[in-house]
Amino acid sequence: METPLTKNIGTDKTPPDLKQYRANGGYRAAHKALLEMESGDILQLLQDADLRGRGGAGFPTGMKWSFVPMYKDREELQRRPKYLVINADEMEPGTFKDRLLMEGDPHQLIEGIIISAYTLQAETAYIFIRGEYTRCAELLTKAIAECREHGLLGRNIMHSRFNLDIYVHTSAGRYICGEETALLNSLEGKRANPRAKPPFPQVSGLWGRPTVVNNVETICNVPHIVNNGADWYKGLSLTGDAGTKVFGVSGRVKNPGAWELPLGTPVREIIDKYAGGMQDGYKLRGFLPGGGSTNFLTEQHLDLHMDYTSIGKAGSRLGTGTMIIMDDKTCPVGMVLNLEHFFAQESCGWCTPCRDGLPWVEHILSEFEKGRGEMEDMEILNRHTHLLGPGNTFCALAPGAMGPLESALRYFREDFEAHIHAKACPWSR
Amino acid sequence: MEKIAALSAEEIAEIEAEASHYEQKQAASIEALKVVQKHRGWVSDESIKAVAELLEMSPAELDGVATFYNLIFRRPVGRNVIMLCDSVSCWIMGCDNIAAQLKGGLGIDFGQTTEDGEYTLLPVACQGACDRAPVMLVNGELETHLNEEKVRKILGSTE
Repeated sequence: METPLTKNIGTDKTPPDLKQYRANGGYRAAHKALLEMESGDILQLLQDADLRGRGGAGFPTGMKWSFVPMYKDREELQRRPKYLVINADEMEPGTFKDRLLMEGDPHQLIEGIIISAYTLQAETAYIFIRGEYTRCAELLTKAIAECREHGLLGRNIMHSRFNLDIYVHTSAGRYICGEETALLNSLEGKRANPRAKPPFPQVSGLWGRPTVVNNVETICNVPHIVNNGADWYKGLSLTGDAGTKVFGVSGRVKNPGAWELPLGTPVREIIDKYAGGMQDGYKLRGFLPGGGSTNFLTEQHLDLHMDYTSIGKAGSRLGTGTMIIMDDKTCPVGMVLNLEHFFAQESCGWCTPCRDGLPWVEHILSEFEKGRGEMEDMEILNRHTHLLGPGNTFCALAPGAMGPLESALRYFREDFEAHIHAKACPWSR
Repeated sequence: MEKIAALSAEEIAEIEAEASHYEQKQAASIEALKVVQKHRGWVSDESIKAVAELLEMSPAELDGVATFYNLIFRRPVGRNVIMLCDSVSCWIMGCDNIAAQLKGGLGIDFGQTTEDGEYTLLPVACQGACDRAPVMLVNGELETHLNEEKVRKILGSTE
């Protein structure tokens, strides 16, 4: 089984420096791209490879890039710069994959950025990294300095006449920064409110310039596709969705962690074989397949393939691919309350349904936990899943927040009702 | 330029280095606030005015930024800042018990600072270390696999 993204990541947690990374075949793809390939060839290659965004939405990367206006000469670029922005604001609850990739192999991300920026004709790239990831920021800053020193960044990279500067931008909290247009406002030094779309960032993004925003893991795939081709990449997967994925499991399992596996690996295999199964005395009742904003799935879904298509068909989303397991000693209402507290707190406050609706949902759920829930509250909660659902809010935060609630009301209805009848939380510990 | 005098030469140099990465100076506002906080522990009204002038923003707009981002402190904090993750994986793994221990041990609630100015206790959202839950940040350093004994040790070692 090939694990291109994590092949350099050892257990000792010391990432390869430039010399070691090169000795392992690093920067070969950048060399090939910049000296032997045209921008359009690389774009076609990514489209052929069916690379999809690894940040949560799963949008096809090649298609995203194809909306960027291409320039005929450098004068145009000087008049209207283009930007590549890496979304390293990993804040989806239960997600810890980009940290692994940045702490484990920073040069892989840098190489991906060089190739991607070359393809997009961008001469400046920003890595937007969450404030708490200080080690990632240090390691990336060091890797960038190494590259500058050895002619892999700066002017005329590898004598290709391509110029690129990469800057590490460290943020200061707030989940909403992960939303790509909110991220751009934040990068401009403003409050991270999302922007209206259209125009899309590819046309009018950072400071109104053409801009592409991609997740860390997405960009880490690019060098390997350039090295090995689209057919190889599609062959990595067990199903129709191409490539590998860094999957993770947290909760009451014996061996929580993250592993790079073929897309389409069955859920059961990830939980039992890699995460070691449930801890003694705990049973699985449900799981969020790809972070806090994905819909619950249950035992009946354990044989599903972890890919965009299968998880989507089952009524949830692959999201970030890092699962959160709900065990039988965890109260489903309490777990949803915890999630809704997060989303209510992290709402940017820009649009009314999200700003006012989420705290109301949180309040009702906390009433259940205090034993003051009533049957009609079930209907009020259910109504909110529509009122805050897709199409009614400015961005995807509130619809994402409704995922776990809507699915919990379906799968764990009896648990909500048990709170009403007992006038207390049956799990109260 | 009088208000910029409220910043040290070192702070100004660090902020200007950040600002040089962008088409517009304002883009460095969050990093600038972090520079001030690194040197002074928190961001005062005076600092807001000075940074705003340096980045050619209005103080009101910069304060809007400062109050939006939860890792910027607009009030003084203790010498040690403890931020306990309260998001879902840590909650499943028992962060409520750790919260109770911290609150009891320090005699403060979330959002408060001990009277001797030694500790500030804050909740924080998912730290991306869910496989090592429960976790917290102590002065920015990640502490993982928390349990009663480990928390007692950490509190002892920061004194």
